[in-house]
Amino acid sequence: MLGLDRKDTRLLIFVVLLALCAPFLLNPFPTESAMAQFNAGYPDLMQRFAIYGIFAIGFNILFGLTGYLSFGHAAFLGVGSYSTVWMFKLLSYNIVPGIILSVIVAGLFALLIGFISLRRSGIYFSILTLAFAQMSFALAYSVLTPITNGETGLQVYTDDPQYLQSVGSPNVPNLFGIVMRDTYTLDVGAWSFDFNNGYYFCAILMLIAFYLSIRIYRSPFGLMLRAVKSNQQRMNYTGLSTRPYTLAAFVISGMYAGLAGGLLASMDPLAGAERMQWTASGEVVLMTILGGVGTLIGPILGAGFIKYFENIFSKINDATLHSWFGFLPEGLENAVVWILEHFVGAGWHLTLGLLFMLVVIFLPGGLVEGGQKLAAFVTRRGSDKKDKTSGSTEPAE
Amino acid sequence: MSKLDVTRRSVLKTGSVAGAGLALPTIFTASSAAAYTNEPTGGTVTLGFNVPQTGPYADEGNDELLAQQLAVDHLNGVGDGGCLNTFTSKALKGNGILGKQVEFVTGDTQTKSDAARASAKSMIEKDGAIMINGGSSSGVAIAVQGLCQDAGVIFMAGLTHSNDTTGKDKKANGFRHFFNGYMSGAALAPVLEKEYGSDRRAYHLTADYTWGWTQQESIAAATEAIGWETVNNVLTPLASTDFSSYITPVLNSGADVLVLNHYGGNMVNSLTNAIQFGLLDKLVNGKDFKIVVPLYSELMAAGAGENIKGVFGSMNWNWQLQNAGTAAFVKSFGEKYGKPPSNSAQTCYAQTLLYADACERAGTFNPCGVGEALEDFEFDGLGNGPTWYRGADHQCFKDVLVVKGAENPTNAYDTLEIVEITPRAQVEYDPEHPMFAGGNLGKCNPGA
Repeated sequence: MLGLDRKDTRLLIFVVLLALCAPFLLNPFPTESAMAQFNAGYPDLMQRFAIYGIFAIGFNILFGLTGYLSFGHAAFLGVGSYSTVWMFKLLSYNIVPGIILSVIVAGLFALLIGFISLRRSGIYFSILTLAFAQMSFALAYSVLTPITNGETGLQVYTDDPQYLQSVGSPNVPNLFGIVMRDTYTLDVGAWSFDFNNGYYFCAILMLIAFYLSIRIYRSPFGLMLRAVKSNQQRMNYTGLSTRPYTLAAFVISGMYAGLAGGLLASMDPLAGAERMQWTASGEVVLMTILGGVGTLIGPILGAGFIKYFENIFSKINDATLHSWFGFLPEGLENAVVWILEHFVGAGWHLTLGLLFMLVVIFLPGGLVEGGQKLAAFVTRRGSDKKDKTSGSTEPAE
Repeated sequence: MSKLDVTRRSVLKTGSVAGAGLALPTIFTASSAAAYTNEPTGGTVTLGFNVPQTGPYADEGNDELLAQQLAVDHLNGVGDGGCLNTFTSKALKGNGILGKQVEFVTGDTQTKSDAARASAKSMIEKDGAIMINGGSSSGVAIAVQGLCQDAGVIFMAGLTHSNDTTGKDKKANGFRHFFNGYMSGAALAPVLEKEYGSDRRAYHLTADYTWGWTQQESIAAATEAIGWETVNNVLTPLASTDFSSYITPVLNSGADVLVLNHYGGNMVNSLTNAIQFGLLDKLVNGKDFKIVVPLYSELMAAGAGENIKGVFGSMNWNWQLQNAGTAAFVKSFGEKYGKPPSNSAQTCYAQTLLYADACERAGTFNPCGVGEALEDFEFDGLGNGPTWYRGADHQCFKDVLVVKGAENPTNAYDTLEIVEITPRAQVEYDPEHPMFAGGNLGKCNPGA
């Protein structure tokens, strides 16, 4: 279907189901239960899953296929956000112009940075992109404050012109009247599930982005990019210039990042300079490696994993811990809470760091490799009739 | 590799799948029965405490969190009741708010607007918080205030001192108890004139964001009005930790006063750098070199240690004040945590009580009703003396303290001494003052 072979079609359908059923899958615990703390099915986080999924898919087109490690992708995310908020300020709260502009602006910006940075490869390329991203951050943070509003972040004010805003249309980001923030809550017994317009909009764009990335992976262009990764010198010796290919990959992944930035601003109309900081660039590298570099579905899993930790673990405080371990004798309870509180709340980075180390050491292929090992284990335990690669995908390399 | 066979059948199939996908979200449009966002239906009501637990303002945030938890205790009738006994409004009875037990959730703003909004959104969407309190750093406070306006919940600003919070960026759902840059300038200038004379040359180092900008503008205007000259203003990034490269040019500028528009960890570092460079031992233009820190806090004073001796600044509140509200609050806080509260803790405590009281008086949690109850509310007994919540811009007006670093501290908490209590009338201004103009409260938004 859609020009994909059977295995890719199955993967696409799997991701489609995952995306459409996310409100159910992410809210497995009843609302009033103690485990509700771990529910992730609220609109803001689901939107982030989809948006950072797009960001990581795009990053993987560059890093996974060509092996060029960009440490400055957050710059495109930030540029995309700023473009979208400016469209809100100048035109109207309809998100379509903003998202289109964010992709175009990020693409042009990527063309400029890529044209210069791709003159070098390896660590020098990474450092160049990092330098550009930090320059963009500094510009957004203090030099270009009339455009970016600096640390405060760019917001829409009631006295902004909004030339195309018609009288009756909603005063929040919307898609031709469909308000992104609106949520329908379905209560089933003790459970409640949130269906949010913004999430489904992001999810559909994420699926399109995912489909495009499969097509790129399977195209002659994708093959060329993989050749760049395995031996660029040999390609140069055969008289082939690889630069246009790597530049195209860089621009495409920049546009993905711009789209993600535009969507972030469309879900929440504010753009802050810290979106461009090097920590944000590092985050997407972590997501991709954690999920599985060069695999199709890996980046989406990695993005979900990191965002889950950032939003769920950081909100557990010592009062919550005390309520969990209240059954222990007091001295023991305090000891357990004292140890655990360093790994939750503000210390969630520590937990993430440990897990990242475990994944990189034991599963160099990321979560996807973990999935494959699990699938292989199950197949071996069960019957040998089944196809060995079923259920998950192979790394590109 | 890639093959694309376009047949009539495949186009129809693809089209219908895509159509169904696009139509899906429109099926689920908002249709909730609640009258306003997160209307509490059970026996409890949830407040969201969103403070920096990491980043340059982390110390302030953690102290705020302690005060907020204390406020929840007092609202629920746990402990000695604190300021509920001294508050002039007697609507709160220590049985929760409107009979509902108060619960709270906490979040880390990381001193970043994006993270703060994500955390506030999860409180509103996931935990059903009806009010968000907190936000050290005005950038964060303004960002979260905008979010609360859109989402339809009340934002009770914590430590935010920028003029913009209740000026250019004011919102109908946002309320601020803390004072602002303009008030600091108006309170400090007369004291500075008395102490340092009226022909000083000032050099400003300013944190590069909304708070730094507006405070610098306010202080420069107030000191220029008493005859001082502003030599230069240098903006420093909020994330800086070393300011030595900014200090060296001060020596050659001919300035004889350094104004540090820095806060939290920034101020501790820049002041320490300035002292290390021996600025205070210099004699410029025949006068002793002086340093001024317009916005002070106990936690900064503790961080800067010896260096703050004799340095002037202003504060919203101090635990050494002599009034019934202060005494009650300091006593409960001290008994629970073993130390006196900071002025950021006090503002968050007061804001939580003020919100609860407004709900009681309005008889509802509806943000529009609560907002109406808070607007033009006059009260006393929370530690700041007679206070007025002005309806025109949702800013509190009360006395401002001018303090200086204690010359002979007697204990670890006696780091600041109160020089003057500037009366409220001296720091009041018109809502349309040029430093505050350009904003619009808009209409209160109950969400849903």
